[in-house]
Amino acid sequence: MDFGLSEEQSLFQDSLDAYLGDRVGLERVRRIAAGKEDPQALRRELVEFGLSGLLIAERHGGVGLAPMDAAVAAECLGHHVTPAPFLGSSVVAPLALTLAGGQTERLQQLAAGELTIGLAFAEAVGARADAGLVAKGGKLSGKSLYVLDYGAEEYLAADAERRLYLVAAAAVAHQPLATVDRTRTVGELVFQETPATLLSEDPDCLHTLIDTAWVMLAADTLGAAQNMLDQAVAYAKEREQFNRPIGSFQAVKHLCAEMAAQLEPCRALVWYAAHALSAAPDEAHLVACHAKAHLAEVGAFVARTATEVHGGMGFTDLLGLHYWFKRIGFNRQALGTPELVREEAARAQNLAA
Amino acid sequence: MDLSYGADYKAFRDAVRRFVKTHRHKAPKGDGPRSPKVLDWQKLLIENGYAARTIPRAYGGFGAKPDILLSRIIAEEFAAAQVSQGIGGQGIAMLVPTLLEVGTEAQKQQFIRPTIYGEMVWCQGYSEPNAGSDLASLRTSAVLDGDEWVVNGHKIWTSTAHLADWIFCLVRTEPEAPKHQGISFLLFRMDSPGIDVRPLVDMTGIANFNEVFFADVRVPKQQIVGARGEGWKVANAILGHERDALGDPNLTLSRLNALTKLMQTETIDGRRVLDHPVYRDRLMKIQARVMAMRFNDMRVLSARINGQDAGLARLIVKLQGTELRHELEQLGIDAMGELGLAYGKNPHLRDHGNWQSHYMFYLGLIIGGGTSQIQKNIIGERGLGLPREPKPQTPLKR
Ligand SMILES: Cc1cc2nc3c(=O)[nH]c(=O)nc-3n(C[C@H](O)[C@H](O)[C@H](O)COP(=O)(O)OP(=O)(O)OC[C@H]3O[C@@H](n4cnc5c(N)ncnc54)[C@H](O)[C@@H]3O)c2cc1C
Repeated sequence: MDFGLSEEQSLFQDSLDAYLGDRVGLERVRRIAAGKEDPQALRRELVEFGLSGLLIAERHGGVGLAPMDAAVAAECLGHHVTPAPFLGSSVVAPLALTLAGGQTERLQQLAAGELTIGLAFAEAVGARADAGLVAKGGKLSGKSLYVLDYGAEEYLAADAERRLYLVAAAAVAHQPLATVDRTRTVGELVFQETPATLLSEDPDCLHTLIDTAWVMLAADTLGAAQNMLDQAVAYAKEREQFNRPIGSFQAVKHLCAEMAAQLEPCRALVWYAAHALSAAPDEAHLVACHAKAHLAEVGAFVARTATEVHGGMGFTDLLGLHYWFKRIGFNRQALGTPELVREEAARAQNLAA
Repeated sequence: MDLSYGADYKAFRDAVRRFVKTHRHKAPKGDGPRSPKVLDWQKLLIENGYAARTIPRAYGGFGAKPDILLSRIIAEEFAAAQVSQGIGGQGIAMLVPTLLEVGTEAQKQQFIRPTIYGEMVWCQGYSEPNAGSDLASLRTSAVLDGDEWVVNGHKIWTSTAHLADWIFCLVRTEPEAPKHQGISFLLFRMDSPGIDVRPLVDMTGIANFNEVFFADVRVPKQQIVGARGEGWKVANAILGHERDALGDPNLTLSRLNALTKLMQTETIDGRRVLDHPVYRDRLMKIQARVMAMRFNDMRVLSARINGQDAGLARLIVKLQGTELRHELEQLGIDAMGELGLAYGKNPHLRDHGNWQSHYMFYLGLIIGGGTSQIQKNIIGERGLGLPREPKPQTPLKR
């Protein structure tokens, strides 16, 4: 028995962490967030590292790893508030195309980083007013709000029947939407009898994609929150007031301890949820729900508390802590708030109608 | 991630399951110490290797090689079936491991067998009125007089002292030494002349802990565990054991199942409590935390098996485990509304009133065994490397 990362996974984590450490410093995050640098260059660097082919079979030019490895990557990306797309093109789309079958060419393109695919199915978790798609004669009409990884060449979309489609960005009207988290791109797509390729009629396919996306968002929060905690602890050791490091004040020490105490079990939860996606399909859905919702709660607590430990400095733009704060906030709202996801957890166990 | 216990372990689990099924009718349910049912059950468990499993045969145990997974499987199966895992208490949980580690051969021979068979009941005499969290400032003294220690002082919060045959007790033997180096670990009989036990009623209404007064209690010289002045080290070796046991996620899981059932049974305005979205949401929140603590526990377990230090994952267990359990019990009470108040003799009592009693009991565990604040100090200082509180130059006074 060995609960945790394998040796290979630890090595992978260390090397990705070092790679991102080199390339994704705060200055670059700032530039990309401010629109002064195109995130495409960074995306290509991630492709070079091998992230685009992570989940794609070797025969299609990928590395053929498991969702757990993708979660390790997501955690690293969150740790470095990496302002480049990952969820759509590197995780959810490869999975969708593999499940759909007959998509060799696209998988090869994805693995090579020559194709990008965003996610336009937020409505499947909970649709806001006048959002959602209907299909008629194989064509889609309606609006998809809060498309993730906006700026992609294609999008995965779902209709009210939870069928899964692929559409070309060129075939829909679209506009970017500014959000609080500038390390991610979000937009809105408007469909008008837009032709779309049907990938799967089976709602379970979409559900698997959502579970996977939830676990990745949870892993991203885990990494981001761990970084905030580390920064808070480092600051508490260094910053002095009343002639002593503020970390020697129990009020501050206990805030840090409380963050660690809540965050540490999250690591095991995220690992298990990621592992279950491929290794324990019967449990995967419920654990994915809980990983997404629980990391949203603990993430929010860590984000505000780590900021508070930094005093006024935490509130400023100088340290850039807010990039992590906002990223964690993004992961909380995207693809279902904790309340919605917990309700799904209850339904999954027949505890809710 | 390799979560398989392996084929041998599966066969073992099946055997435990069969045992539990066949014998569960004999298991005690809340019977007091030394009652025949408790003693017989304990004997049966030891004979089958489900209690005192790794205690050497020479001391009355089952004598199995330590295998963390086998012990885990036993705990899981008994907890899942809600069948007694045999006698607990501080003698078995704390004293026996200590004796195995640092006791003399004669002490092992004398104490381990009767303790694991439930014939010798122990209490733990550490805390004093002025030495709680700051345990090392304890003042109960022991002075050597010929072949005997003479003990004087006052212990408090001593659980089961009124039932115990023996006490393991921290006393100050070197009053001149720095406070951590002047302490020794003594064992003595509770019926020794000069001991006065006064029960303290706790908030659950039961007098399970006591004040214990010592007036010239004479203790044979050899009844010291470890060397003179080393009592702090001896005691600390096992405080870790105690903390690990206080946040057991298997027990929490079986309470979560009971809670779910309760919320499916109790109704408000003709609707199941579970069908009220706010209650349901609270249940799901707790379920996520129980799940996280169970996986965290697997992580700690796997680190132990592989000889690694689980670090923070282990340090946080007492704090998180007891706080979570307390909240879980509170939801049980809330799910019943006014009925949740029922306690004692009340025809509306649910589950023998255990939602209220556990709710209170777990507050006791949040305080006992190192309070939540002390846990946070430990997590902050040992886990995160934050600086200790500076000692005041002159003692602070009110
Ligand atoms: C149910 C139960 C069973 C027990 N059984 C036993 C037993 O069998 N044998 C035995 O020896 N003892 C036993 N105890 C005693 C227990 O170990 C002590 O109650 C505990 O260590 C706290 O000590 P105290 O009660 O003196 O509280 P104090 O130490 O006076 O604490 C009071 C408050 O101050 C806080 N505090 C104290 N020091 C610090 C600090 N440095 N930093 C921050 N906060 C601080 C505490 O967290 C707490 O909130 C039991 C206690 C309970 C509740």
